[in-house]
Amino acid sequence: MAFDKMELRDIEVWDGNFAAAQALRQCQIDVVAAYPITPSTPIVEGYAKFLADGYIEGEFVMVESEHAAMSGCIGAAAAGGRVATATSSQGFALMVETLYQASGMRLPIVLNVVNRALAAPLNVNGDHSDMYLGRDSGWIQFDAYCPQNAYDLNFIAFKVSEDHDVRLPAMVHQDGFMTSHTAQGVNTLTDDEAYGFVGDFKPMNDMLDFEHPVTHGVQTEEDWHFEHKARQHNDLMTKVMPKIQAAFDDFEKLSGRKYNIVESYDMADADVAVICMGTSVETAREVATEMRAKGIKAGVVGLRVIRPFPFFQIAEALKGVKAIATLDRSSPNGAPGMLFNEIAGALYNTGDRALLSGYVYGLGGRDLTKAHLVSLYNELQANVDAGKVTTPLQQFIGVRGPKLSFL
Amino acid sequence: MLEIRWHSRAGQGAVTGAKGLADVISTTGKHVQAFAFYGSAKRGAAMTAYNRVDDKMIMNHEKYMRPDYVFVIDPALVHTTDVTINDKENTVYIITTHLSTEELVAAQPRLVGKKVFTVDCIKIAQETIGRPIPNTPMLGAFMKVSKMYEMDFFKESMQRILAKLPQKIVDANMIAIQRAFDEVK
Repeated sequence: MAFDKMELRDIEVWDGNFAAAQALRQCQIDVVAAYPITPSTPIVEGYAKFLADGYIEGEFVMVESEHAAMSGCIGAAAAGGRVATATSSQGFALMVETLYQASGMRLPIVLNVVNRALAAPLNVNGDHSDMYLGRDSGWIQFDAYCPQNAYDLNFIAFKVSEDHDVRLPAMVHQDGFMTSHTAQGVNTLTDDEAYGFVGDFKPMNDMLDFEHPVTHGVQTEEDWHFEHKARQHNDLMTKVMPKIQAAFDDFEKLSGRKYNIVESYDMADADVAVICMGTSVETAREVATEMRAKGIKAGVVGLRVIRPFPFFQIAEALKGVKAIATLDRSSPNGAPGMLFNEIAGALYNTGDRALLSGYVYGLGGRDLTKAHLVSLYNELQANVDAGKVTTPLQQFIGVRGPKLSFL
Repeated sequence: MLEIRWHSRAGQGAVTGAKGLADVISTTGKHVQAFAFYGSAKRGAAMTAYNRVDDKMIMNHEKYMRPDYVFVIDPALVHTTDVTINDKENTVYIITTHLSTEELVAAQPRLVGKKVFTVDCIKIAQETIGRPIPNTPMLGAFMKVSKMYEMDFFKESMQRILAKLPQKIVDANMIAIQRAFDEVK
């Protein structure tokens, strides 16, 4: 290899952005086409610096917008390279058209999405509005709860996405500022271990293979469009989860760190459970432990994989629970929250129908405090004691002014 | 769990200071977390940064904190913001000021009855580093007040963290750290 290796300490104090940038270096990305936006800029900035300093053999393409950034990534991936970029919020929104192109063309691109609110009003802080916007785009979506996860999940994303049975792009989500700009200890892999895990990029149907010419980005009307979309969906529904599980297993062998498609904490005998994503999962874990000391059997379920949605794994994780709160960090704008709907769907045909209530919280980076979670668990326990949901089905946590609730 | 809140102006190095401190502490086997409130911060805007330190994995990501230590690295913030918000009975304050501790407490009644230490990090930084970047001196003062680590170990660690800066600047920072350690009262 014609590039320099970097000596890392076993534990480095990194924020989520730098952890992701280091993972991109260790995966030896061939092409990053990127446009800066808060709070994800340091990821691609980090890649550019590693490249300039001779730690990577690759190319950084500066473009004029996020639409062009993803278009550049699509071109480079179709040509047959290992490709990644990063974005947030408005940048992600501008990318949406090209996200569907990437998944429809079956190009294994990894996009680091540092979750941030969508305007208006303009806000640079973390919520899940952009993450939710991407959930029908045909990408695999992984969710990090802390900088360590942001590092690890990048390797797993490349491994799954580039698998020739999958060939679908993947997003690695982390919470804006709460993970991206929060420094914590990150257990590192050596450059050789990390690269060994993802392996050499093996192109498939690449445009630069002139011996075997192929066409990318074709037009299909009613004669074939539905078959393409149905097969793409079929692969997401049937082929991706086993590959993710295999990647998690391999990663555990390499690093000792165990990831699960659905993360369950204190769920074995839980009466009440909170289900959420991002940093909130970890805060809720701490509160659940404290609630148990007070005699409330509290548990937490976190989604590690958002798409494909772990329909059966979620139902399994929530088996036997009496009351569940779904926490959505995105305004559903005229509906129950995404998690409320998805969980309701996953549980509807199961034997034990738990009491389900939905909460919207943390928009624009509004703090989710431990005190909020304590009241939430108490509210769930009150539902259990009453044998019914005692509150409206949709409430808002931490918003000022008159208490908002619906349904 | 040890919790620290920094009061600073954007550009004075509170984030770098908080991350540097986290890095030093991490090498001793403890778990650390360092973060900040930015908003759309412009240089000079009041801001806060935070450290958490614990023997076990830190899972709490709430921004709300009842700090054990409050560091104020800009002298005006003690007058223009409430640096005592969410404090505890035994919260320790280390405040950058040209005033004596008595003069400062007299000028800011919120500090009456609190454990307050003062040191002029701005002056120290100006005279050693040549720029008013008061973050590393504050850490020197913190080492004195908290007795967290031996100075030799702390300075050695900070030299590693600052290694990408020119040697002259690193040396000046070491002098600044030592001076704040000696001068904090």
